[in-house]
Amino acid sequence: MTVVHENLEATDAKMSARDVSVFYGDKKAIDEVSIEIPTKYVTAFIGPSGCGKSTFLRTLNRMNDTIPSARVEGEITLDGEDIYRSKMDVVQLRARVGMVFQKPNPFPKSIYENIAYGPKIHGLAEGKDELDAIVERSLKRAGLWEEVKDRLQDSGTALSGGQQQRLCIARAIAVDPEVILMDEPCSALDPIATAKIEELIAELNGRYAIVIVTHSMQQAARVSQRTAFFHLGKMVEYGRTSDIFTNPLEQRTQDYITGRYG
Amino acid sequence: MSPTILLLLALGLGLAGWLAARARAWTLRRESADGRLSSLPTYHAWYVALWIVLPVLAFVVLWSAIAPGLISQAVLSSPAAADLPAFGFQRQTILNEARAVATGAAPAVFNPQARDLVEPFRDALSYYNTIGIVVTLLIAFLAGTWAFLRLKPDFAARTRVERIVMAILLAASLVAILTTIGILASLIFETVRFFGMVSPIDFLFGTHWGPDPMANPDNPDASRYGAIPLFWGTLFIGAIIAMIVAIPLGLMSAIYLTQYANPKVRSWVKPALEILAGVPTVVYGYFAALTIAPAIRDLAIDLGASNPSSESALAAGLVMGVMIIPFVSSMADDSIAAVPQSMRDGSLAMGATTNETIRRVLVPAALPGIVAGVMLAISRAIGETMIVVMAASTAANLSGNPLESMTTVTVQIVAMLTGEGSFDHPATLSAFALGFVLFMVTLGLNFVALRVVKRYREAYE
Repeated sequence: MTVVHENLEATDAKMSARDVSVFYGDKKAIDEVSIEIPTKYVTAFIGPSGCGKSTFLRTLNRMNDTIPSARVEGEITLDGEDIYRSKMDVVQLRARVGMVFQKPNPFPKSIYENIAYGPKIHGLAEGKDELDAIVERSLKRAGLWEEVKDRLQDSGTALSGGQQQRLCIARAIAVDPEVILMDEPCSALDPIATAKIEELIAELNGRYAIVIVTHSMQQAARVSQRTAFFHLGKMVEYGRTSDIFTNPLEQRTQDYITGRYG
Repeated sequence: MSPTILLLLALGLGLAGWLAARARAWTLRRESADGRLSSLPTYHAWYVALWIVLPVLAFVVLWSAIAPGLISQAVLSSPAAADLPAFGFQRQTILNEARAVATGAAPAVFNPQARDLVEPFRDALSYYNTIGIVVTLLIAFLAGTWAFLRLKPDFAARTRVERIVMAILLAASLVAILTTIGILASLIFETVRFFGMVSPIDFLFGTHWGPDPMANPDNPDASRYGAIPLFWGTLFIGAIIAMIVAIPLGLMSAIYLTQYANPKVRSWVKPALEILAGVPTVVYGYFAALTIAPAIRDLAIDLGASNPSSESALAAGLVMGVMIIPFVSSMADDSIAAVPQSMRDGSLAMGATTNETIRRVLVPAALPGIVAGVMLAISRAIGETMIVVMAASTAANLSGNPLESMTTVTVQIVAMLTGEGSFDHPATLSAFALGFVLFMVTLGLNFVALRVVKRYREAYE
């Protein structure tokens, strides 16, 4: 079962999963994963392709609901409330737990409208001025304001790949979430754009609980304070990032980190 | 009769050439040093067969165009033809009669003059048929021999055959294009004739439509050729009333089918919807005329209208709208389905409901495709005839009241061409001018629609 490092200091858990299993039809994609997502840190999920790390990430804001055959067992809580209970409002949940996808997916609308989308559907702004302020603040936090402030009415799809991804992060920030889930946010980007996203993650750290799924172990080492290693649908090892990379307790973690497979 | 024989002959000769060439190629292959040809034996066979069939086909087409002329010339120069009426209808009838008997299509003649012509006709027919067959054989033999003699172990028959096949395919695709150009040319020709009698200004901007096919054709009353009421009727029925029905219903059914319906429901509803597109428009016409139009009239009476028409623009437009639903729906369906899943995920992950996602992301993203579908639907609707003939009458009427009877461009084209007027009367020719306008409008709509679709396809890789 999962090896959890014992030297973890106690922190507030923003989200926690207990014995979570995910099925696609009859196939078990995630097998009894338990983990606590701390409020103040960046948590990285690493592991080889198909190990279930993205699937698990998507259970945290119930994006798996959009796949008809997917079924979740176990308990996932946000601030102590079960997010899979029948009374849970998925709309509210997703406003609190935002998500950034593998491939930048700005809407085919203007940059302004992309950011304003979330605040509008959740009724966060009372007038044009307030909306303008939210858009500006979100773009500034995403480090995109200087590049786009003169062309907010241009289409979001006309930006470069890296800018599009920061736009998507700004879009997620605009509804002021508590948790941001990032599903391999840099896998479609070049190294310079990747470096900018990593900088941005470092800046956002502390303001939001961030969970990032990544293929790149270097990236996990650079941006995260906690790392969980997934293999074949199971969480193998969880601990401080520095410990996982320098002093793993499990042989499989050791093998993956040293490039034996994956 | 004779072209059919020539065609069968061509195919038979082609088959013979094919078999001979294949046998020859096999022999070449056995005799060649390394037992290989640069092309397979079948390619050699096809090469020879095509060289026989294509020239013969070309000759047959040419021959069937000129042979009837040659035959009637021969008949007319015979002594029996000397006392035929000089020209006109009667002369043609007699010739046709003689011809029918000579070819065996009719048992006996009615006109005694024709009886005398049967024999010359028979002679001419057999004479020219023999020439046709001989020339066919000659061409087939010469071309076949030429092709056959070219067969060698290193002869690139495959390349040649591929090239000929490509040329045939090209010719096939040109047929449709050339037909369109031909239609357009004939339309333009007649339209220019019409505009020589009635000025285009009167036609395009006049507000009274009522051509009189019995009036003096040399001095047409231009004020009766104002097509504005027809253009208005066409727009009102096809582009306004029909679209008010078709756009919301088509769009909503597309949204339901792509976003809400489970696969089982979809597999039933979508084909059922597409059946609508296959219903003959005459059947819609019955429905409009017998069911919808009376219902609308009754409704109008209930609403207090005095003496409403039993034929109404509303009835035709409503039924036409229903007919158009599958067009709008299937185009909208395709373009909504083409919006990447990542857009949908992105919106849902922001906490949007399915409904908000559809309204704010999917439909705007699919809008170009939806617009293109609507344009194609409009161009289909304004070209529609039967429903309007049956449900909206043939009386031109420039009115904004959907309960009144109205007529459209297509209906008037039919009305003008099926009247008793002579062909060069302006009333008849006006049908061509109307057709030309309709052609240009639908061409423009289709062109714009295709451009929109093309641009939209580029939006997502």
